[in-house]
Amino acid sequence: MTADPKQLYDAILGGDAKAAESLTREAIGAGQEARELVSGYMIPAMDEVGRRFECQEYFVPELLFAGRAMKAALALLRPLLASADAAPAGRVVIGTVQGDLHDIGKNLVAALLEGGGFEVHDLGVDVPPSRFVVAVRRYSPQIVGLSALLTVTLPAMRKTIEALRESGVRPDVKVMVGGAPVTGRYAAEIGADGYSDNAFGAVRLARSLMEQSPDTVSIPCVE
Amino acid sequence: MNDARQLVYGRAPRPVRCGFGLEIGGGTVFPEVNFTLPAIEVSHANWAEIVAQYREMADAVLRRAVALAAPGIVLEFELLPAMTARPEWGGELTALLHDRLAEAAARHGLKCALRVTPVDIRDQTRPPVLRTDEPWENLRDCLERAIAAGADIVSIESVGGKEVHDTALMYGDLRGIVLALGVLAPRDTAWLWDRISELCRGSSAVPGGDSACGFANTAMQLAHQRMLPEVLAAVVRAMSAVRSLAAFEHGAIGPSKDCAYEGPVLKAVTGCPISMEGKSATCAHFSPIGNVAAAMCDLWSNESVQNVRLLSGSAPEAYTELLAYDCRLLNTAADKGQALVLRDWLVESDEALSPQAAVLTPGATLRIARAIVNADSDYRRTIAAGKAAAAELQERFRDGRLALGPKEKQWLDRIDGALDGMPASEDELLSSLAQRYESAFDPPSYGMERPFSFR
Repeated sequence: MTADPKQLYDAILGGDAKAAESLTREAIGAGQEARELVSGYMIPAMDEVGRRFECQEYFVPELLFAGRAMKAALALLRPLLASADAAPAGRVVIGTVQGDLHDIGKNLVAALLEGGGFEVHDLGVDVPPSRFVVAVRRYSPQIVGLSALLTVTLPAMRKTIEALRESGVRPDVKVMVGGAPVTGRYAAEIGADGYSDNAFGAVRLARSLMEQSPDTVSIPCVE
Repeated sequence: MNDARQLVYGRAPRPVRCGFGLEIGGGTVFPEVNFTLPAIEVSHANWAEIVAQYREMADAVLRRAVALAAPGIVLEFELLPAMTARPEWGGELTALLHDRLAEAAARHGLKCALRVTPVDIRDQTRPPVLRTDEPWENLRDCLERAIAAGADIVSIESVGGKEVHDTALMYGDLRGIVLALGVLAPRDTAWLWDRISELCRGSSAVPGGDSACGFANTAMQLAHQRMLPEVLAAVVRAMSAVRSLAAFEHGAIGPSKDCAYEGPVLKAVTGCPISMEGKSATCAHFSPIGNVAAAMCDLWSNESVQNVRLLSGSAPEAYTELLAYDCRLLNTAADKGQALVLRDWLVESDEALSPQAAVLTPGATLRIARAIVNADSDYRRTIAAGKAAAAELQERFRDGRLALGPKEKQWLDRIDGALDGMPASEDELLSSLAQRYESAFDPPSYGMERPFSFR
């Protein structure tokens, strides 16, 4: 690598996608290990972004720009990351449940998941349970994310989880839920695997769900 | 209005008469109570339960209003998406609520009115198709049925431009925000309110007003969660007034919607009465503008409360009492000739603590309103409103009248710079944003041809 790899860390931390991309190209050209770039600089940069966000030194725009820079660098490195543990952090199907048109929170979670290295398939808003089932069969995600803002659409979360169960795909996925009226208790009651009350927590939750087998999951709540 | 002393609660130069003997903006502030269902599914299977819930809520609210001798009351029925998508449901509930009000008026002489607010369901697809297709047909049908069933005031929280604004807001992209608020949203609001006011014509329903809820309240809530800077939310609030004003330019006469915190600017420009919500809307959301929001209101609302049981009674009934007492205090002060004193206390108690409160003071309101009326297009008005708000915040910070943390100040300077650097025309703005937002919106939904040329 001709440039100091710390610059890649700084580029992601500063949300500079162009710099992150060009520094990654340089590093690849210089024969730098892709895995080392990811684990040594990029993931620590995103961890620092998360820390700054939680300390209120960063707002969401800074977070998203950092995620965008991370994504740009990852796109170049992904073909070089051959081993399974260097594959995407996980695959997520996400959507706002049937009857609900609100999507800001869901979009934010999707963007942060992408920035965190997840492959995200966003089904949009007002998604009926059957579409979640179809998407699970099509994309084989490890995680399904359900969002709702209205109290009257909370039952659609339960229905979606029931539909996943009835269709036989429930054991293959972890379900995480979120949205203003959702609580950890409600998540447990409807059989979700996890709940977060904020977008960055949702990314941490997704990482934690990826580390657990379906048999051992007990409702993690990230608040 | 030219004088901040004219901007006071309870009085609007153009009062609105509606419903059962109610005059809004004529000197008295009335409670506006909005209620909604608890967490139950809206479906055919439990429709009877839903109807019973609405009847129970309306009766509880009206019972409390009568018990407290409220001088009048507005009930707001904010439809849920399923009730707008199935217009016959919205119509049935509107008729039910109208009947409850009619009975309260006949039996107790209660002055009252029913505001009906269908959900703008036109944004179900990406990009949303706003002027054709089933969601718009259902929305129009819903409006027609609500008017026929006895709606006294018709409102909406329209969503045109939101598909761009959501992304722009999250990235703090001022150009994208101006595209949404100053180019797209006013076009959709104008188109929609031409139709709403036409539907109201010849009926007893008044076209109330629109709300930038999906824009500025989203920013406010994200700022509340520390996701966005408060100064951005404050500037977005000011800029959002332009798209809400478009409703008044196309037939709305007030009272504007409660969640339209841009209401004072609407009142200053149009003279129409406004509804506001603040400290007594904690049943729905928190805000840093609990008192200042009441300073210029004509209706005082709780935003939305679920029909759940509290120790005192049902939550809608409890919030009716809360609002009724708030209004009683406002009206008593006005009766004693002290409205301006109370208004200023409401303002002063909030203005130093939040930039979002600072832009809602009477002085800031007039400054933003003047900036808007002095500009010659929605695009330039939106930028002018943003600049006026940013200048207000800078001055207050400089004078020590507003506390801002270093990150907030950094963002305020960034916003200032971005607004100063806006392209001279909206055509130039569109060209500069073509790559970023080209696929985000449907040009024909805004009367535009692809790519981005205006009809």
